[in-house]
Amino acid sequence: MSRLHLETQTQAQRTVERLYKDLERHLIASPPGACPIDLQLSFLKLCHAQTCGKCVPCRIGLGQLQRLLEDVLDGKATKQTIATIKSTAANIRDSADCAIGYEAANMVLTGLDGFMDDYIHHIEKGTCAGLAAAPIPCTAFCPAKVDIPGYIALVGAGRYADAVQLIRKDNPFPTACGLICEHPCETHCRRNIIDTAINIRGLKRMAVDNAPSNTVPLPEKAPATGKRVAIIGGGPSGLTAAYYLQLMGHQTAVFEAKSKLGGMLRYGIPSYRFPRERLQQDLDAILAAGTEIHLNSKIGNAPGEIPLEQLNKDYDAIYIAIGAHTDKKIGIEGEDADGVISAVELLRNIGDDNLPDFTGKTVVVVGGGNVAMDCTRSAIRLGAEKVGIAYRRRQEDMTALPEEIEGAIAEGAELYSLKAPHKIEKDADGKVAALWVEPQIIGPIDDWGRARPVRADLPLLRIPCDIVIVAIGQGIESQPFEEAGVKVKRGNIAALDSTKLPDDSKLFAGGDCVTGPATVIRAIAAGKVAAANIDEYLGYHHEISCDVEIPTPALEDKQPCGRIQMNEKEPSQRKNNFDAFECGMTLQEACQEAGRCLRCDKFGMSSLKGGRSFRW
Amino acid sequence: MVTLTIDGQKITVPEGTTIMKAAASAGINIPHLCFLEGINEIGACKVCVVEIQGKNKLVTSCNTPAEDGLVVYTNSPKVRATRRTNVELILSQHDCTCAMCVRSGNCNLQKTANDLAIFDSPFAKDVTDLPWDMDFPLIRDSKKCIKCMRCVQICDKIQHLNIWEVQNTGARTTVGVTDSINIAAADCSLCGQCITHCPTGALRERDDVPKVFAALADSSKVTAIQIAPAVRTAWAEAMGLPEGQATEGLMVAALKRMGFDYVFDTSFAADVTIMEEGSELLEHLQEPAKHKWPMFTSCCPGWVSYVTKKHPDFVPHLSTTKSPQQIFGALLKTYFAKSKGLAPEDICSISIMPCVSKKREAALPSMCDSGARDVDIVLTTREFARMIRAEHIDITTLQEMPFDNPLGKSTGAGVIFGATGGVMEAALRTAYAIVEGKEAPRDAFADVRGEAGRKVKEFQLGGKVLRTCTVSGLGNADKLLADIRAGKVEYDFVEIMACPGGCVGGGGQPIHDGCELAGSRGQKLYQLDNERPLKQSHHNPDVQELYKEFLTKPLSELAEGLLHSNHVEEKNYL
Repeated sequence: MSRLHLETQTQAQRTVERLYKDLERHLIASPPGACPIDLQLSFLKLCHAQTCGKCVPCRIGLGQLQRLLEDVLDGKATKQTIATIKSTAANIRDSADCAIGYEAANMVLTGLDGFMDDYIHHIEKGTCAGLAAAPIPCTAFCPAKVDIPGYIALVGAGRYADAVQLIRKDNPFPTACGLICEHPCETHCRRNIIDTAINIRGLKRMAVDNAPSNTVPLPEKAPATGKRVAIIGGGPSGLTAAYYLQLMGHQTAVFEAKSKLGGMLRYGIPSYRFPRERLQQDLDAILAAGTEIHLNSKIGNAPGEIPLEQLNKDYDAIYIAIGAHTDKKIGIEGEDADGVISAVELLRNIGDDNLPDFTGKTVVVVGGGNVAMDCTRSAIRLGAEKVGIAYRRRQEDMTALPEEIEGAIAEGAELYSLKAPHKIEKDADGKVAALWVEPQIIGPIDDWGRARPVRADLPLLRIPCDIVIVAIGQGIESQPFEEAGVKVKRGNIAALDSTKLPDDSKLFAGGDCVTGPATVIRAIAAGKVAAANIDEYLGYHHEISCDVEIPTPALEDKQPCGRIQMNEKEPSQRKNNFDAFECGMTLQEACQEAGRCLRCDKFGMSSLKGGRSFRW
Repeated sequence: MVTLTIDGQKITVPEGTTIMKAAASAGINIPHLCFLEGINEIGACKVCVVEIQGKNKLVTSCNTPAEDGLVVYTNSPKVRATRRTNVELILSQHDCTCAMCVRSGNCNLQKTANDLAIFDSPFAKDVTDLPWDMDFPLIRDSKKCIKCMRCVQICDKIQHLNIWEVQNTGARTTVGVTDSINIAAADCSLCGQCITHCPTGALRERDDVPKVFAALADSSKVTAIQIAPAVRTAWAEAMGLPEGQATEGLMVAALKRMGFDYVFDTSFAADVTIMEEGSELLEHLQEPAKHKWPMFTSCCPGWVSYVTKKHPDFVPHLSTTKSPQQIFGALLKTYFAKSKGLAPEDICSISIMPCVSKKREAALPSMCDSGARDVDIVLTTREFARMIRAEHIDITTLQEMPFDNPLGKSTGAGVIFGATGGVMEAALRTAYAIVEGKEAPRDAFADVRGEAGRKVKEFQLGGKVLRTCTVSGLGNADKLLADIRAGKVEYDFVEIMACPGGCVGGGGQPIHDGCELAGSRGQKLYQLDNERPLKQSHHNPDVQELYKEFLTKPLSELAEGLLHSNHVEEKNYL
């Protein structure tokens, strides 16, 4: 016998590794609506199978916890059962040898905190509190509840205009979302279980590339009601509300503070990601519904502004959707230096076609979100010689989409991770000379699972530069509204989930000004919710529907197949101009990608409960 | 049109036809459990799976459209094995004590398992046993539920009541009363459509047959039984008589054989209903400002239960006339009892109804206007059929017998009560005669017949237009009430029956999985109407005698006391 030998994986070990990967994909595609306690039980079972079996708390305790959870699920538990679960889990947490045991117990304790209501419901009613209406995953995770399987099938059938019509039932910005949506719909796509999520955004883009939204006729409008609705803010949320309210027969008037419509679609997202002419297509379609537009019309009490009280007098309802357009400061020494620009200011200027010249300059962008990436990539296009991104955590902790970070790096940006801004050094003329940063090490994980940076035992670093772009978030100009009596909470307008304002039945608010800076699709969703509830408030119940017939699913077997990614122009070709760099799918790509859709609108619970909604 | 090949046969069907229907058109009946056309096409039981040449995954034939060129096998080795396993899996969660099941011999699961020759199973039993209020007229046996979801769907889509819901997720997914409340506290109308659409014995009516046998055995009681119009169209459906031979006379003879002292006809009481309700309508028409419009019929307890619970603002629109069952009970224990020198409590008043809701109606606290409970025991048509079997009566050997009198004679008007539009037509026949002073031409009001969910017709009455609407199915009633509330429609007189097609399609009728028989049963009633010498309620000589000798006239004080109700107690009575 040899003294030592190299280990090789057995067939069984290899298979188990593969099954772990399969399970990971299942976890990614976790369907919404499952009973949290049932899931807790199955997690516990997995953990228990992983225990080595040496120690009592883990070997026996995890099994007893499963029995107690089963009692809860079977309606045999009492409140005492919960106390026993809690004390047993705490015991395992405190006495198990290794992480397999104590972390399994921790998960149970986290669940007791996180979904105690579900435990109580099971104990008191004998059933699960959740609806047993498992929704279509993509539609469920789309804030605007767009009929995604429907339009994917239409795109697959080459019926692009029908796809646009179907999207427009829930979202009047098909082009914007086809090009720049953050696609939360893809996160829990059931296709993840087989291979990878469907490229839903790309398929939507295919629809609008082939049937520009301004060429697809609008649905018929309801007869005029004579009601007038004021909409403050001409961004995605405001215009969505305006569009649906127009369809419902109400006359809307949009008051936009800036000189052009589009909000963050124009003043936040650079044109290389969302070309202005594509924005115009959505705007043209929306405006065709007949909303009145008042540009350069700010609501407020300063001279030249329109007081909110005036709108209150003149309109039957008001929707506030002013977005989040003010700067946030870092609060460090030297931030007043010449050459420090806020992200909002930079992107606003670009939106108004006032392009600053960064030729030959060294630029540092502070921040790690999508806006920071937009600033970085814009700075590159504005001629900067060198652009760096200073971020206090690690790359993987950035909130920007991974493809945005990768895109910026591919275009030549340098990433200074674990570098927290310390001060800005000015030269004799008061201009930016350098950004001083504090090196960090990554530290403890916070309650949200994010690693916190901690000051490293290293000296400050000097990053010489001419321009510092601060992209650490945006604020909301809520003060004029607060002065007019609108409820504001921590700077955000305090609207409810219904977009209603608690104290004033006539006022509604939604989008970034309520949620804080978020995504376009969430702003659109708020506009849709506002339109429905304003209609109801005005005493109507108009329904928005779309009678496009959706193709039946093909009978093809679903073989594993890679996801079609969007093609982009090469970095060298794209980094010197603001032209769009993403290419749409080819017909071949779109057909293959649409064919990957599992049609959860037909298969699964959707055919019974939680399926397609034809109207709202 | 698309052409496909199923089990080697070329079949051409219209586009959109399911594979299951396409196969059936060629005589290939693919087994299925959960499928209910137009109502439950969710492909859940996976018993109807078929194999498509060139595809690995089996498809459910119930909800997959046929495509041109498909080559389908309904019995390939893979299909055969899969179908068998899926039935075995269903059986593992089903209480297979078939000998003690109300649906034995008429159970789709039992038949499917037997057809597949499943005599044992590799799977352990895992049957859920949940408690149920066994006093409630509708009984759910969780041990027999196969989670096909038909009950949920029929209650949601057809009746708009949402009494049943899908509960829990994952392995514990099941059906329960919405919001997990006690069924008695739910707004169940007891229409019984969930029972007649259940493929197994998971849903059934409370069995009141033992009470009837006890009454028959009690020599101190006179037993009198009434039979609702719709019962005669369906009572012998499972007894193998050729079409048309299950006559009213044989039905009476079967009950006489069991030992009932008197066998009467609810159709007589239906004639009385017309006298009362028709007079009420005419009275309202004379003083329209004093009354709520439209006036709704009130003879369907499922509808009355529904409107009192779900739309109480419409209760004042209901006719105060009781249902024929309750009119009959009240007259039995007063008018008839008196004529025989009996006290109300000497009589056991029994009814056979196509209905489950009638069990609840008879038990309402107020339904004691005779001084005792007007109707003591209510049987469904199915319970009646079971009694015939229990009494080992071979109906083919019976001699026809007439109904007893004086509560046994009825007109065609009374008989057609059992079909949607029947009450409307019967009322119009008499109202016309009273207002116009002459008889309406034969079939003058036949336009209100037919299975459509809402039928709108206008008739001339006393120089005015009478706007009528006839609705069956509570979902259709729900839509009608919404339209009335929205001011979209206006009617004078509205007939509503809770069950689609009226009582002939009632929740107490015999069950034929997958078949809707209300239409053909209704035709039998119109046939009886044709055969009855008298067609108008007011021509019924025994009804005339009743008014002459006892009630004096419609809506008299005595009639109001015995034959009318304000329905207000319904709401709070569970």
